[in-house]
Amino acid sequence: MTETPTPSERQATAAPLGDGAAVPPAIELRGICKAFGPVQANKDISIRVMPGTIHGIIGENGAGKSTLMSILYGFYKADAGEIVIHGKATPIPDSQAAIRAGIGMVFQHFKLVQNFTVLENVILGAEDGPWLRRSLARARTELKRLAAEYEIDVDPDARIEDLSVGHQQRVEILKALYRQADILILDEPTGVLTPAEADHLFRILAHLRRQGKTVLLITHKLREIMEITDTVSVMRRGEMTATVATAETSPRQLAELMVGRKVLLHVEKAPATPGREVLSVRGLSVTDAAGVARLKGIDLNVRAGEIVGIAGVAGNGQSELLEVLGGYAAATGEVLMNGTALDLSARADGRSRRRAGIAHVPEDRHREGLILDFAAWENVAFGYQDAPEYQKNALLMDNAAIVADTRGKIERFDVRPPDPFLPARGFSGGNQQKIVLAREIERNPDLLLIGQPTRGVDIGAIEFIHKRIVELRDAGKAVLLVSVELDEILSLSDRVIVMFDGRIMGERLTAETDERELGMLMAGMTETATGAQA
Amino acid sequence: MTRLPKWADLALVPLISLLLAGAISAVVVLMLGENPWETVKIMVDGAVGSPYAWGYTLYYATSFIFTGLGVAVAYHAGQFNIGGEGQAQLGGLGVALVCLALPWPHWTVALAAASVGAALFGAAWAAIPAWLAAKRGSHVVITTIMFNYIAAALIVWLLVEVLRPTGQMDPATARFAAATKLPTFQTIPGLDLIFTKKVPANVTFFIALLACVGVWLLLWRSRLGYEIRAFGKSESAARYAGISPVRVIMASMLISGGLCGLMSVNNVMGEAGRLLQNSSEGAGFIGIAVALMGRNHPIGIFLAALLFGALYQGGAEMGLWTSVPIELRLLLQGLVILFTGALDTMVRMMIAPFFRKRGAQ
Repeated sequence: MTETPTPSERQATAAPLGDGAAVPPAIELRGICKAFGPVQANKDISIRVMPGTIHGIIGENGAGKSTLMSILYGFYKADAGEIVIHGKATPIPDSQAAIRAGIGMVFQHFKLVQNFTVLENVILGAEDGPWLRRSLARARTELKRLAAEYEIDVDPDARIEDLSVGHQQRVEILKALYRQADILILDEPTGVLTPAEADHLFRILAHLRRQGKTVLLITHKLREIMEITDTVSVMRRGEMTATVATAETSPRQLAELMVGRKVLLHVEKAPATPGREVLSVRGLSVTDAAGVARLKGIDLNVRAGEIVGIAGVAGNGQSELLEVLGGYAAATGEVLMNGTALDLSARADGRSRRRAGIAHVPEDRHREGLILDFAAWENVAFGYQDAPEYQKNALLMDNAAIVADTRGKIERFDVRPPDPFLPARGFSGGNQQKIVLAREIERNPDLLLIGQPTRGVDIGAIEFIHKRIVELRDAGKAVLLVSVELDEILSLSDRVIVMFDGRIMGERLTAETDERELGMLMAGMTETATGAQA
Repeated sequence: MTRLPKWADLALVPLISLLLAGAISAVVVLMLGENPWETVKIMVDGAVGSPYAWGYTLYYATSFIFTGLGVAVAYHAGQFNIGGEGQAQLGGLGVALVCLALPWPHWTVALAAASVGAALFGAAWAAIPAWLAAKRGSHVVITTIMFNYIAAALIVWLLVEVLRPTGQMDPATARFAAATKLPTFQTIPGLDLIFTKKVPANVTFFIALLACVGVWLLLWRSRLGYEIRAFGKSESAARYAGISPVRVIMASMLISGGLCGLMSVNNVMGEAGRLLQNSSEGAGFIGIAVALMGRNHPIGIFLAALLFGALYQGGAEMGLWTSVPIELRLLLQGLVILFTGALDTMVRMMIAPFFRKRGAQ
């Protein structure tokens, strides 16, 4: 195995089925270029995907994957280049044209009407006429046929809001198939799935491939590429840097192609030396405004000098746990921080938590961690706007001091571009996260709450962020990490707690567990049930 | 969407909106059988053609600066205060009560006291909708509009039943003592060289300028302003940061109401010398347009207030000297609001291609 691809590998087309003289590629892109102002999002991209294959497109955030797919689906118009579908040049000015060309897209955020049934969602936009009865009847028959043919089993009369995320995704796939798609694009499809659901999805994809469908899988997860794809294209900074047969490559090689240098896929860290108990949670329960119990008696503790990871599928109470500890959701139970009880009533706020030595990198930096319209320097003061060093006098803030502090943080956390006056919106996901991280970590908290530290963050920045978290641990601080990325939990935390349906399903030392066991717990299966099934 | 350069965003877009509003008004003038060009000349001449005209334009602009600033402060907190009209009228009540309460020795003392009274009454009138929004989640657009009607009814009742001196026919308070009379521009040393005729513009104009600076300091230099802007941009993020929604909504709405109330120092104390019915004459609503057009920034609000002051004064002249009814002024104002507020994006889309080409080359 060569460490970097040879020129011939770079030129390799995605044609494992021979030279392709007889069968034209399902999708061929020729010299696609697209610029947004001065940013060249796609530079002369050419790609050939043979029918009946699964082709992966991998790259860091901002590498141009989404732009390329948006061009293919008619959301953007390419500045130059040509789209050839099954050997025929096919201009795609809008998504209607894409559907006519047999292209279906499953977005990362589903486009489903929550209070419609599966059937209603499937015909939405593809009704036969003003009267729904006939369309619904036709769709019902067609769905049955599709379910049988592709083994995608979904109750047509179930409401979307009652379905699990995995099922909702299957509805999206059915929608595309109902519109006679024979090319399916999936954008980061496993981001919201449990490992078991992801496996199920891959079985469906494999089935689609057997039936001759072509699948384009966009992801940043190397493991998925290795597991399911036939060929893989790597994008970096708007360019297609390589297209290789999956069987002939390795995760390490792909990672290097993605970032253009060698990366550490695993976090290097010494064994933890946990000290005194910093955070102690006893019987923590949360009921939301609708009266639904979100946390049902959580007990956990975090000691100084250790990283405790909370694993779980999104929506099983992790967000509520962070909100309560962060001071902006009311709860019952007891939380001791350095031995002192925290106020869990609705009167508590983020500021009192910060005074107690808790820093918080929230799960959703766009919704909570940052004000996107604020400049970087204004975001550096966010949550710490009453810090004494940021005040000029009793009335006015010392903006110059905040800007100076921001310059320092930008330098120490390698934020690019290094412009304290750029609005947060103007930074990439990784750099936005670095701003939040710099703000919270440099307060030198006793406890760092950190939710989805690398969501939407490119590989280069992931490495940096993980290093910083480990450094904080090594400095004797406590870290509570919440992540839906099991890989991240496993590589970063010293101890893993799995949450399911507002409860703690189990606790393991990272060294003594594996992905399979945690995956079972994440799906709500207890040890005994696991044993019974195995 | 193409990002426009800052100058285009701040100057070109409002200018085009203004021209579009003017063009449509010109068509209406044509249909009324008048010459649009002559009408424009009369309006411009009547608004800025002489120191006398400026004396009126600046008087109106003073009121609009206050209400524009008021709307802007609430807007930055994500609150759309449409109650400037009612808050201004209550502010007028505050001015009247202060002016009639004591035999003030000098206008400076009276001005200081009346300003406090105006701001307090305006703020108090905003306090109830603010409290309902902060605690109960009521929408301030609805509540402040309703409070405008309540204010109007309250003032009429007070003027007719309580404050009217016995024997007086019209619903108004007694005239304020001469010592409370604010210096108008033609009596201020220095300015009297320019303003030779009696004009209504008075020292309140300078308070309005101070208010511009004050609002700028508040929003962009103080911690409260930081919290107001953060809350206005993202409530969920503000919650994370520990910014209290109740505090921000109350503070921003009280300041907003106070600023709207302050405009009454200009008209009630500076001009009328007593409190009349409907003293604010729609300035509270014009403040919304001024804030919109001024991009909720004190400098923009100052310029927009000058423009609306000129429109108001020029429109009055037009009604006086042409057969075009004075209501055309309302049409023109309405169109400016429509183009700067509702159709802002349309104007941007129209000019965006010119900037896109330049960027691509």
